[in-house]
Amino acid sequence: MNPNVLLAIPLLPLIAAIIAGVFGRQVGRAGAHTVTIAGVAISCALSLYVLKQIYFDGAPTFDAPVYTWLVSDGINIQVGFLVDRLTALMMVVVTFVSLCVHVYTIGYMHDDPGYQRFFSYISLFTFSMLMLVMSNNFMQLFFGWEAVGVVSYLLIGFWYTRPSAIFANMKAFIVNRVGDFGFIVGIAAIVYFTNSLDYKEAFAAAPQLVSQNIVLSHTTSVAALTVICVGLFIGAMGKSAQVPLHVWLPDSMEGPTPISALIHAATMVTAGIFMVARMSPLFEHSETALTFVLVIGATTAFFMGLLGVVNNDIKRVVAYSTLSQLGYMTVALGVSAYSAAIFHLMTHAFFKALLFLAAGSVIIGMHHEQDMRKMGGLAKYMPITAITCWIGALALVGTPFLSGFYSKDVIIEAVGESHRAAATYAYWCVLLGVFVTSLYTFRMLFMTFHGPERFRHAHGHGHAEEQGTAGDPGPGGALAHAPAFATAGAHGHGSAHTSAHAAEVSHAPAHAVHSSGGHGAGAHAHEEHDRSAPHESPAVVTVPLIALAIPSLLIGGLTVSSVVFGDFFGDAIFVLERNDVLGELAHEFHGAIGFALHGFLSLPFWLALAGAATAWLFFLKKPSLANTTARTFGWLRTILVNKYFFDWINENIVAGATRLLGRSLWRGGDAAIIDGAMVNGTAAAMGRLGSLLRHVQSGYLYSYAFWMIIGLAVLLGWFLWR
Amino acid sequence: MPETDFSLASVAPALPEIYLTVMVCVVLMVDVFAGQTRRGLTATFTLLTLAVGAGLTAMYSHVGVRTTLFNGLYVADELAWVLKLFGFLFVAFALLYSRTYLNDRGLLRGEYFVLALTALLGVFVLASANSLLTVYVGVELLALSVYAMVAFDRESGIAAESAMKYFVLGAIASGALLYGMSMIYGLTGTLSIDVLADHLRGEPSLGVILGLVFIVVAVAFKMGAVPFHMWLPDVYHGAPTAVTLFISTAPKLAYFALAFRLLAEGLQGLVQDWSRMLAALAVLTLIVGNLVALAQTNIKRLLAYSTIANVGFIVLGFVAGTPAGYSAALYYTIVYVLTTLGSFGVVVLASRKGFEADELDHYKGLHARDPMLAFMMMMLMFSTAGVPPFVGFWAKLRIIQELWATNHPWLVVIAAAVSVVGAFYYLRVVKLMYFDAPADVPDTERQTGVRFALGLNAVAVLVLGILPGPLLDLCARLIHQ
Repeated sequence: MNPNVLLAIPLLPLIAAIIAGVFGRQVGRAGAHTVTIAGVAISCALSLYVLKQIYFDGAPTFDAPVYTWLVSDGINIQVGFLVDRLTALMMVVVTFVSLCVHVYTIGYMHDDPGYQRFFSYISLFTFSMLMLVMSNNFMQLFFGWEAVGVVSYLLIGFWYTRPSAIFANMKAFIVNRVGDFGFIVGIAAIVYFTNSLDYKEAFAAAPQLVSQNIVLSHTTSVAALTVICVGLFIGAMGKSAQVPLHVWLPDSMEGPTPISALIHAATMVTAGIFMVARMSPLFEHSETALTFVLVIGATTAFFMGLLGVVNNDIKRVVAYSTLSQLGYMTVALGVSAYSAAIFHLMTHAFFKALLFLAAGSVIIGMHHEQDMRKMGGLAKYMPITAITCWIGALALVGTPFLSGFYSKDVIIEAVGESHRAAATYAYWCVLLGVFVTSLYTFRMLFMTFHGPERFRHAHGHGHAEEQGTAGDPGPGGALAHAPAFATAGAHGHGSAHTSAHAAEVSHAPAHAVHSSGGHGAGAHAHEEHDRSAPHESPAVVTVPLIALAIPSLLIGGLTVSSVVFGDFFGDAIFVLERNDVLGELAHEFHGAIGFALHGFLSLPFWLALAGAATAWLFFLKKPSLANTTARTFGWLRTILVNKYFFDWINENIVAGATRLLGRSLWRGGDAAIIDGAMVNGTAAAMGRLGSLLRHVQSGYLYSYAFWMIIGLAVLLGWFLWR
Repeated sequence: MPETDFSLASVAPALPEIYLTVMVCVVLMVDVFAGQTRRGLTATFTLLTLAVGAGLTAMYSHVGVRTTLFNGLYVADELAWVLKLFGFLFVAFALLYSRTYLNDRGLLRGEYFVLALTALLGVFVLASANSLLTVYVGVELLALSVYAMVAFDRESGIAAESAMKYFVLGAIASGALLYGMSMIYGLTGTLSIDVLADHLRGEPSLGVILGLVFIVVAVAFKMGAVPFHMWLPDVYHGAPTAVTLFISTAPKLAYFALAFRLLAEGLQGLVQDWSRMLAALAVLTLIVGNLVALAQTNIKRLLAYSTIANVGFIVLGFVAGTPAGYSAALYYTIVYVLTTLGSFGVVVLASRKGFEADELDHYKGLHARDPMLAFMMMMLMFSTAGVPPFVGFWAKLRIIQELWATNHPWLVVIAAAVSVVGAFYYLRVVKLMYFDAPADVPDTERQTGVRFALGLNAVAVLVLGILPGPLLDLCARLIHQ
């Protein structure tokens, strides 16, 4: 493979990002989107070409450094690419989704003053993500890892004048720092044990590492590989939003919708999944780490899905669905079904990006309204959006023959096959998760596209800011309305929900919250909604929807036999004989169609159907039933609405304790000892010495000459009379 | 080896010197005919001369063969070619930056450019010196030109004072150099640097050591090592900023060549002795340079002490006493000149007619007044402080690596510690520019061409830091023994 082609793939988006970002004013709006789309499109084409070469033409794996920056003590710090089938697949997914989002952005951000900046960011993101997936060493992996984190931070806070966006991006950044701490501990442990940053050498050393231990005290020690793998996985938990580091993802919906689709659904959040699959030669040797992965994933898959049921913000529903699906992928990793995880990652990237973009399309159509309680019956007004959204939703719930079905069913069956310690717990979680997925998905479809049209009189009665909804005020209205969520967020996250909830109970007009603090423009914008009906979005929005709907329908059935049960990944993924659950399943696999037909008889299908029926009953047929149930199970609802109190715990206990610790270290350690005695003390001493020495420079010529003679004499004395 | 025939081809290796000598005369003529009104013509013509010279040198510099000329007085090796190429480039940039400055102060006269070119000729002679006599001629040619440049502003008392100091102290140093050379010559019977290297093997006699001390003192004076540095802050401060800019660029290359030709080539046999002398001088230089810089309020003096501190690092490269050490010193010199060129360029651009931006306070809030200039200055300051990924980091790293490799752990510790101290005053400039309220001073120079050149200079500092390979390899290739 030509290294220049590989180099061009990440560099083109980078160059485009620089042009759009630095010279945004010169190239203008059209220039910015032309150059970035061209960059990503060429990248995408080249990625497809690489995939073709590697898969169809049997080109060998490319693994070589392309640029060595520095060698220090035997450790290479370099840019290098490892391009095998896993990488090639990821490259195609990343660039294709990114391309769709680029095109879609033209429509979505049409009126935004930060148009060029936005294109610059998403191109920069594509570059970072490509650097991450193409890396052949931990240094570059870490670079890509942090770079996508930074871009995500910039994009969540894209509307930086909104306090809620700033709160959300700070939250994302800080939560990811926690994960990255684990990640860097893992990398450091690898360097410590293998003295190399290269994947190749680390993987080669893995079997020998099995017997290595890190001794904590005389009696306790932990396996080296467990430390490495758990450390790396904690990093993945941050990036891929696994419990308990998931809290940033729902808030990240403060960013513009294309970002939610590109970063927080399709690509960046899958970085953790990809990383674990890439590190399979390490993880395979640590049973403990894999069990840990399994439990975390299963918990995320079920419990985060439940939260989707009580949300009313269309984007947040999709966000919780993302959390739950990431949980499925993690579960697959936990049972050593890495290729199933990547397979689900791929199908999910397509249908979740589709769902997000469809949600975005709805938001455009509704004039930047995100609350589903103010929608309904939109299918009539936005047919393309409705149909594509239905396709995405059906894929998500796992309708046989659609792409999501294959990937999800394989994961469920793999968990059933597994004999790992927590496999039973995980099996129940993923099985019940199917019901929950179906429930929230159909609830969203019914509330948005069907039933009575609520948007005309949406503002007749007060609407509560239950989940900090009504985020996206969108272009122009960026300043206009800060949600209640964020206003209170400054004081304490947890309390914000409680008060907002109270507002709902008492039917207090939430508009008061909206327009308080001089957000009159926002209120004005709302009044305009009432007069205009929703409308279908322009072609730049619908074309990407259609482009994503096609793979959402087909890609699973077309590729399942080679990606999951065939040897698509070749050497890229390593599974020990005793862990090979997919190998077991392969015996019972007789083609994609047979698998799908069998799907009609399996438990997950009936659970999904039951979920759909429940949603139909509660949200379309008899909405009053939903309220009754909510009242009966008030305690459950309270827990769910408060998202299991994670935010409250973080805000009050974790953050509080951290602040306390920080304050005491700052006052005691830093201010008194380090600053006072050491730094300022030394600096003051240096300063005094400097001022003293300065006086030697008297300005008199004879003095200068005298010093020269003294210097000469001392040197002579030293060397002649020694 | 007497040369039998004298043909054009036989003097071709001296092309840069010959070209430059001819052009000095041409520039003088051009200036006479340009008259009072068209002063700019001489400047433009000089820049053109330098550009053509750089082109010629670049074309011939890949010869790679070491040739001696003029009965062994003169050597043309790859090191000399490359130093000359850099000499042309650095002087061209220095003159480009200072044009408006000189014009505003009535200093844009033909003599200035002639002096700059003769100084450059001195640099070239030093770069190609293969005899103690050639070394001396080069040193004097350079020094005399520079003395005159420092005193070029005849109205300024402080410039005259610093020129006088420079001249008198320089005379002492020249005396020391000649005295040391005469001792060596008396004991070995040769002036040729090649031959000297063969003569000085084994345990040196007392006389040779005596001569060596005088030579080391002279080299230390020229480079500005403590305690022979006293002239440097006064000259940097007193001279017009354009002249300070000039003497902090190409002459530094010459002084590297001086040290390299004399010590590393000619007196390689005495490496044990001179490297210990230099080690003592380097430690003093690093400490005094960095500490006194802390107390400065004038940016020209600050940069003067920063120069002294950097000279300490260059000297440390020689202390290593190995080809790798010399190549690290060469790399450091080139990097240092490149960075200082930019830093003084910023000072020149910030100064206007009737206003010298030479106090640190004048840089307060520069970011608010001229973000581009502040950004360039920030990159240059970071580089000088040795912050990665800027090129200054690599320069310091290379020196420290070589010291470590040659088993000088204490020097490594001292070099690292004073770098930390040094970072303070570089970062203080950045702090003033970015975090303080803007000072009430005239606007900065806005001429596009000059700013573009300065931008190139600053970007080079970043690019060479990200892609350090080529220049490092070049420096390693130039010095192999």
